[in-house]
Amino acid sequence: MAAKKMYDTPMLDELEKGPWPSFISGFKRLRDDHPDERINEMASSLLGQLEHSYETRKGYWKGGTVSVFGYGGGIIPRFSEVGDAFPASREFHTLRVQPPAGNYYTTDMLNQLGDSWEKHGSGLVTFHGQTGNIMFIGTTTKGTQHFFDEINEYGWDLGGAGPCVRTAMSCVGSARCEQSCANEHGIQRWLVNNFTDDVHRPALPYKFKFKVSGCPNDCVNAIERADFAVIGTWRDDMKVDQEEVKNFVKAKGREYVIDNVVTRCPTQALSLKDDDTLEVDNHNCVRCMHCLNVMNKALSPGDDRGITLLIGGKRTLKIGDLMGTVIVPFMKMESEEDYERLVEIAEETIDFFAENALEHERTGEMIERIGLVNFLEGVGIEVDPHMVNNPRQSSYVRTDGWDEEAEKWFARKTEEAAG
Amino acid sequence: MAYEDMRQPIESGCPDGFQYMHPVMRKNFGLWKFHEHPRPGVLRHVAHSGDEIWTVKAGTQRILDVYSLRKLTEIGEKYGDGYVRFTIRSNIEYMVSDESKVDPLITALTDAGFIVGGTGNSVAMMSHTQGWLHCDIPGTDASGVVKAMMDELVDEFQNCNMPNRVHMTTSCCQINCGGQGDIAINVQHTKPPRINHDLVANVCERPSVVARCPVAAIRPAMVNGKASLEVDEKKCICCGACFPPCPPMQINDPEHTKLAIWVGGNHSNARSKPTFQKLVASGIPNNPPRWPEATAIVKRILKEYKEGAKDWERVNDWIERIGWPRFFEVTGLPFTKYHIDNWRGARSSLNASTHIRF
Ligand code: HEM
Ligand code: SF4
Ligand code: SF4
Ligand code: SF4
Ligand code: SF4
Repeated sequence: MAAKKMYDTPMLDELEKGPWPSFISGFKRLRDDHPDERINEMASSLLGQLEHSYETRKGYWKGGTVSVFGYGGGIIPRFSEVGDAFPASREFHTLRVQPPAGNYYTTDMLNQLGDSWEKHGSGLVTFHGQTGNIMFIGTTTKGTQHFFDEINEYGWDLGGAGPCVRTAMSCVGSARCEQSCANEHGIQRWLVNNFTDDVHRPALPYKFKFKVSGCPNDCVNAIERADFAVIGTWRDDMKVDQEEVKNFVKAKGREYVIDNVVTRCPTQALSLKDDDTLEVDNHNCVRCMHCLNVMNKALSPGDDRGITLLIGGKRTLKIGDLMGTVIVPFMKMESEEDYERLVEIAEETIDFFAENALEHERTGEMIERIGLVNFLEGVGIEVDPHMVNNPRQSSYVRTDGWDEEAEKWFARKTEEAAG
Repeated sequence: MAYEDMRQPIESGCPDGFQYMHPVMRKNFGLWKFHEHPRPGVLRHVAHSGDEIWTVKAGTQRILDVYSLRKLTEIGEKYGDGYVRFTIRSNIEYMVSDESKVDPLITALTDAGFIVGGTGNSVAMMSHTQGWLHCDIPGTDASGVVKAMMDELVDEFQNCNMPNRVHMTTSCCQINCGGQGDIAINVQHTKPPRINHDLVANVCERPSVVARCPVAAIRPAMVNGKASLEVDEKKCICCGACFPPCPPMQINDPEHTKLAIWVGGNHSNARSKPTFQKLVASGIPNNPPRWPEATAIVKRILKEYKEGAKDWERVNDWIERIGWPRFFEVTGLPFTKYHIDNWRGARSSLNASTHIRF
């Protein structure tokens, strides 16, 4: 047996210095200590190629097509352009695997995944990629299939890659967070698992992402990074424990509370009374979460909880960054019908997207191109003043359907008032 | 493998996390009352039932080798209750129901070289993309930049001395998979793609490459008698979007690939509405293995933020209050014509008032 090929890595060695854990030291452990020759050669080649990138300040991977039997996506194929010099990592594909909603694991499960990955892959793994997947980094085409077959048998499935429904993410939420107004993990699974076919067989114009945060703090960055952002909220009065308010004022002082809570409220909905109780103008509170974050023992979301839904958030390419737009200001998420309604909106949205978006266009860009009203009419959602920061400013508009639209508004208001 | 040996996948989708949650969390699901932050890296959540869960958070190297993974699971088995979760910034969290398990957990993690922290008003672990390790269009190595920077910011990760939390991200190209951040370090290509005309016809589907360009700078062309593409270099914004569908349009360049720093991306709705990050510095050398120039600018911004911001102000809130001219003044960063937006909607970023601070 030939000794494994070693490469000098003077630049990467620099990244072993300093207190933060070093990924380079991890690669070297695989190279130097792992009993499996396949793994230690792969690690050695990878280190060689990476050092080469550091020296030349260029990347050397290119894409291709690799998938497992039965699926069209879920793998990021990587072939090395410098495979002759670093042969053992010539093929170095990544599998995107969907984590449990909320990213909970037992140590046993992690060990089991580690065992399978040592059998078939490089031994490198990330919890998680920015899209939410567990990223199993580095295996051959054959290894991809074997590893998937093995972990699929004990409960794991691939996520999406390419123009498809992607793996979703939800915050820790109800499992541990007092701010949560929704069952994030339940919502995530209802949504994503309804579109399993669209995850595995890329056939959309471009990617489509769901993200779920339990409250407007939006810990998983849904508004900016999801085509379909679900954010928990409430619509009755926030709960105020006045005894805890008094304790907080006693501990921090009136000045602190006025400067950091009362005057930071974006809608001036708070007032600290002379008796150290807090008055809340709930009708003007925009549920920004600031005061609840600062005084989390004293203030809590109300009881009439549900979600706000925003569509069309995305990053840079192609027309620039877009935030999601409010489509449904509030809906309850209690009964099975509520969940079915949410899934129905998602289905309508994805169908409309599939039919109307241009190739490589995200939902936000499609909406920007065709106008929000066309999108709303396409998916069957009524207009609402919560959808805009302000009404139109440009006078270039035809309004010949005005009377009819006004009628619709009054009819809806009457219906709502009748309950 | 013969066709009949192929196994049909079980399309199970996203697994139910409930079954893998710590039993105390399962029992009190949706019934939490408040939380405290007893020390950096540790959270104590209390449920209405009176039950408690203690969380110990630790930073990792994100790209884990199985040895590191097994070290983490071994600690969870020995000192925790065998339940963990990972955050969106690739930190690991151990959850235990009993306060007495907290200190041994911290000791075990620290002894194994992991860094406990990342809670409250700390500089959290940077979320990042793949870089030279795995992506096909990276201008730099995200993992390396992050390792080098976190070495320098480790005190800010372990302590919670910032006015509010600081989220940082890196992305290895302008597509910016890494996300928004209070401080975001992104690669900025500065030269149009170099086209290898001999290869275009064979490798690229020309109409889809043309369609990819955000500024319509690409045109079909005949070059040396072969079907190829040409780029109007005046229009090109060097975004690199044409590279993935057409690798002969090489965008990476060892010299002209620079790092740029963006600030004020804040996805929370707390106080102000969510904001996107804004460009503050560019032309920073892509200088592996430790990128000292980029780190120096990040540290300077953090220092001014720490000194200048009020409690609870995020970076964007702080700048909003003091104004952008003051931001450039206190950080010593140059303001150039490149800071003035000229993309769609740019007018809304111009000052149409006499609101000026002197
Ligand atoms: C060839 C092209 C591309 C490749 C190879 C690529 C690769 C990746 C990878 C590997 C990730 C996960 C990063 C990680 O978690 O470490 C990612 C995430 C992401 N990518 Fe890309 N990407 C490409 C193009 C794009 C484009 C064109 C966009 C356009 C907007 C984009 C937007 C994103 C976003 C927003 C995420 C993060 C997802 C999230 O957190 O929601 N990517 N990409
Ligand atoms: S988004 Fe809200 S509910 Fe979810 S973890 Fe963050 S603060 Fe808690
Ligand atoms: S949640 Fe925000 S808007 Fe509502 S009262 Fe508190 S600070 Fe004001
Ligand atoms: S930011 Fe660019 S280079 Fe980095 S992973 Fe995303 S697409 Fe690839
Ligand atoms: S780099 Fe971007 S702007 Fe320039 S030609 Fe390519 S796609 Fe167009």
